Amino acid sequence: MRPSPALSLVLIILALLIAWELIKLIFNLDKRILPHLWEIAVAFSQPARRGGPPLFSVLFEAALYTLRGALLGFAIGALLGFILGTVFAHVSLLERSLVPYVIASQTVPILAIAPMVVIWLRGSWLSVPVIAAYLTFFPVTINTLRGMRSPDPRAVELMRSYAASTWQTLWKLRFPAALPAIFTAFKIAATSSVVGAIIAELPAGIQQGLGGAILNFNQYYITGPERLWAAILMAALVGILLFVAVSLVERVALRNIVRAA
Amino acid sequence: MASVVSLKNVNKFFGPAERPTTIALKDINLEIQPREFISLIGPSGCGKSTLLRTIGDLVEPSSGEVLVNGKPAHQARINREYGMVFQAPVLFEWRTVLKNVELPLEIMGVPKAERIRRGREMLRLVELQHFERHYPWQLSGGMQQRVAIARALAFRPELLLMDEPFGALDEITRERMNAELLRIWHETQTTVVFVTHSIPEAVFLSTRVVVMSARPGRITEIIPIDLPYPRNVETRESPRFFELVTLVREALRKSEEMREELELR
Repeated sequence: MRPSPALSLVLIILALLIAWELIKLIFNLDKRILPHLWEIAVAFSQPARRGGPPLFSVLFEAALYTLRGALLGFAIGALLGFILGTVFAHVSLLERSLVPYVIASQTVPILAIAPMVVIWLRGSWLSVPVIAAYLTFFPVTINTLRGMRSPDPRAVELMRSYAASTWQTLWKLRFPAALPAIFTAFKIAATSSVVGAIIAELPAGIQQGLGGAILNFNQYYITGPERLWAAILMAALVGILLFVAVSLVERVALRNIVRAA
Repeated sequence: MASVVSLKNVNKFFGPAERPTTIALKDINLEIQPREFISLIGPSGCGKSTLLRTIGDLVEPSSGEVLVNGKPAHQARINREYGMVFQAPVLFEWRTVLKNVELPLEIMGVPKAERIRRGREMLRLVELQHFERHYPWQLSGGMQQRVAIARALAFRPELLLMDEPFGALDEITRERMNAELLRIWHETQTTVVFVTHSIPEAVFLSTRVVVMSARPGRITEIIPIDLPYPRNVETRESPRFFELVTLVREALRKSEEMREELELR
């Protein structure tokens, strides 16, 4: 009998936790390289600062703050990517002239661009969603373009035989045909929007988010490595949360596209 | 009576105009009358699909005149005067069977209630009324092609263009679909242009079989089929059927020999 998805997820997590502790044991790693899992768990419940609230609630607040920037950035990037991909799919002149720049934009390290964006936007919080969008628009553009081009040429001919407008062909054929590819891009974009938001918080000097928390705990790593690990875990959780949210929407949106395979 | 399709000196070249690399269609002249069932038959590369697409304004001829219902093919396409069926069903996998049949009506702005009514009527016509909520992948290949036929007929075009619609089906399913198509043709009073490379299929279905040869794609012979209606399993076993099949086969061989002679010269 095959185990249920929930059960296999629990088993995988359990296996990872055991692997963590085994590696620590076998290589005799000290707590600065790899703290015990329970040390991280305990750190969550202890105040991060003397007399302050427990680390968990600090990180939870920070995660909510970062999530806001990531979500807005994801939305902007997804919309921009969708529009660009759709335009490129229809105007091959623009595709040939602009897609190389879209690709080039992703070869520039985000760390180099982030400070400039912060300066251009005069240090406003908006630089966080803008930088997150910079990371997310790319996969959405490329996959929208590919998906919009994916229909069978005969399906396009069929629409032509009905004298369908370009607009009708877009909404009734190209868009639904592109949806699986677009959702794949959304899932990639969801996780990278969190990375983008965290990175953007650093040059913007924003303290309230996970980026600020990571920077802060990084400075005190020698004395309390488990706090940085806790912040990293929290950042990963935010990324996973967004990923799962997109997957759920995908499952609803594509429920009719079940293949016989 | 006015022709449904009128082709006058139609040529189609591929490549540069002064030195074409391929002559897909050469001097095609053909008149198709209302209620006719015309099969285009010939070896691959004879341009039969190109000819069909020219009638449907999916391919533009290099020269000559293509009239559908007395109008230029382009105008006839804009007026939605023909339905098209391809070798593959080309159903939209995210739509139910009924929604697939409704697709052309949706594009033409037919109100929803009327769409559903006509969609169901068409599904009854192809005897798939119990499958309207199914998705394409839940149907067999033959059933999918019947949905495609229902979709092509949904807006009641006077002309049906079919590009090897049963080419991907097994022989048994194909013969059943042939009988089905004849029944639909009778019920809907549509004119059909049908591309195939199966000789028995062409003979069984057609009022006239148009034999074509390759490189350049030309019409070499037009054979009237005088088999009585209704055509059924007995038709396929009648001596006249075999005579006509032989006639078409010989016409195909003759056109092939003519081409070889031309090439040798």
